[in-house]
Amino acid sequence: MSFAFNPVRRLAVCAAVAAGLVTGTAQAAEMTGAGATFPYPVYAKWAEAYKAQTGVSLNYQSIGSGGGIKQIEAKTVDFGASDMPLEAADLDKNGLVQWPMIMGGVVPVVNVPGVAAGQMKLTGKVLADIYLGKITSWNDPAIAKINPDLKLPNQPIAVVHRSDGSGTTFLFTSFLAAVSPDWKSKVGVNTAVEWPAGIGGKGNEGVANFAGQTAGSIGYVEYAYALQNKLAFTQLTNHDGAYVKPDSASFQAAAANADWKGTPGFHVVLVDQPGKTSWPITGASFILMHKSQAKPENAQNVLKFFSWAYANGGKMAEGLDYVPMPGPVVKLVEGVWSQDIKSADGKAVWPAK
Amino acid sequence: MAGEVRPNPPAEGRGGDIFPAAVLSVPDAIPESPEAVHTGLAERGFALVCRSAAFAVAGLLLAVFAVLAINAAPTLHAFGFGFLTTEVWNPVTERFGALAPICGTLVTSAIAMLIGLPLALGAALFLNEYCPHRLRGPVIVAIELLAAVPSIIYGMWGLLVLAPFLSAHFQPFMTAWVGPIPILGTLFQGPPFGIGMLAAGLILGFMVLPFIASVSCQVLATVDPVLREAAYGVGATTWEVCRNVLLPFSRTGLLGAAMLGLGRALGETMAVTFVIGNSHRISASLFAPGTTISASLANEFTEAVGDTYLSSLQALGLVLFLITFIVLAAARLLMRHVERRAAH
Repeated sequence: MSFAFNPVRRLAVCAAVAAGLVTGTAQAAEMTGAGATFPYPVYAKWAEAYKAQTGVSLNYQSIGSGGGIKQIEAKTVDFGASDMPLEAADLDKNGLVQWPMIMGGVVPVVNVPGVAAGQMKLTGKVLADIYLGKITSWNDPAIAKINPDLKLPNQPIAVVHRSDGSGTTFLFTSFLAAVSPDWKSKVGVNTAVEWPAGIGGKGNEGVANFAGQTAGSIGYVEYAYALQNKLAFTQLTNHDGAYVKPDSASFQAAAANADWKGTPGFHVVLVDQPGKTSWPITGASFILMHKSQAKPENAQNVLKFFSWAYANGGKMAEGLDYVPMPGPVVKLVEGVWSQDIKSADGKAVWPAK
Repeated sequence: MAGEVRPNPPAEGRGGDIFPAAVLSVPDAIPESPEAVHTGLAERGFALVCRSAAFAVAGLLLAVFAVLAINAAPTLHAFGFGFLTTEVWNPVTERFGALAPICGTLVTSAIAMLIGLPLALGAALFLNEYCPHRLRGPVIVAIELLAAVPSIIYGMWGLLVLAPFLSAHFQPFMTAWVGPIPILGTLFQGPPFGIGMLAAGLILGFMVLPFIASVSCQVLATVDPVLREAAYGVGATTWEVCRNVLLPFSRTGLLGAAMLGLGRALGETMAVTFVIGNSHRISASLFAPGTTISASLANEFTEAVGDTYLSSLQALGLVLFLITFIVLAAARLLMRHVERRAAH
């Protein structure tokens, strides 16, 4: 047997190569995250631009908010992402810190012959009654009364909702519960609920599809999907009783008027916010990280990325129809980073040197 | 899940003369040679590999069952037998019952078989008895290609083509003409949205059709040509040959083909999710939205938060596992019964 094939030696070479690979990836620095699907397109876009600038790459698995929460609790990823904020008590229990990263709006869309985008007006109460199955026809007096200019057909309403658990549903049901006591007591608020009426579509695209092709339907989707699929979104009344149209400005107005500072864990659900121009169903997508970091340099890398995204990612987010966080909120968030995220020996991880 | 457990090859039991005796006869003595020891080793090794493969399959099945049972235990403990008999599915209050998905699974599969089985059988008989020889090959290839279409394509077709068609033409027609008939009419009530139990059943019917047709075709082809020719020889018409020779002589295999199709219909996920409407409710009308077990799992698993919710979804999986198992076991029993009766 020739020496070159000595198995022990071969093993040693393999081990050396493997070790080289491992240290190699550590130097190239990869951040890992998992969770919400809703912000995935913008996180991916940020990651691509950030990698081009710094060489640090992000491995984000959009497995859903529920999965993201589980993964960060199990510490298999550097950060988790969730569309539904965790309660302060849950955060404390798992030693997690949470902050809002990006915002979006949820809009009702209708498919009624002769009604274009932005033409139909709905109040929260009417919307809730439609989803409760109490209003079943488009020419119902309750709808006709607030839409005197529209010719509404005598057509059954096809209610479309999400069939999967979703942050979009969480925001939508939060709004309905805020404006309708009936909804609050009969159905409640969650990422998935027991729908009293209607058909379920999987994902925003599923709902957009049903709403797009079923005459007489009403659904709710992320704003971006309404635009891309050219669906007829409606106006809604907000907390101040004014009718508003959904757009970037009205989403940002909702975020600006919210009380971020006084809410522990940034647990702010931006529905039914005060302000004359606030869109009533706005929401943020959240990032979760552990307060105590065994590998502080990893955490620093991740925070650098998020800080960069706050500072430079606004345009990219708007290009994808998301809404960047307002400046004052970003200041608050970075303050929380330096206060709460620490290495194992108690040193603050942020600001990074 | 069901597709893995294939029924017996169709010809078994009555195919004694398919293999010429010469093939089955064993050489009298294995020639002595220096490799004999080697052959023995290889022989034993081969047997071992085969045996472990068989045990691995059985082990895998048991492992899947065990994991499902363990994860479903909290739900079954909390809701007991009521899990199977309640319709409520409320993630907010964490009350879960499997009745709506179970009903949806059974009803859509029944519609699928109602549509798929006659079509498949007709196609198989046509290919074996009526079809010009030159056409047979291309049609069989077409059927097999149909079986190879991914289920998501069926789903998209169902959503974008079938559902709008049902909504615009079929449903208003049925509601107007069959709707007023008592009892039968209740099946065709409600606003015509296209998607619903009927659309899901139809799509499933189209999906199981090529499977049943392809296997049935092979089964019919194994009927001894002597029998067919004898029947034709005594003056039987094609219909009489089909009815009195082909079908009775291949019923075990045909039953197997049907079960294969049913297995697929019970477990199909993606296409159903597209067109069934995904609503945890039971309705008398076929136009109403519903859900099946596998569609519920596909919809809700990723974002299910909370132990009870997750456990309930796994309990649903367990129920599907048991339904499939019962259906296959029943099919086996039925086949044995048919065989025994035929033997007398």
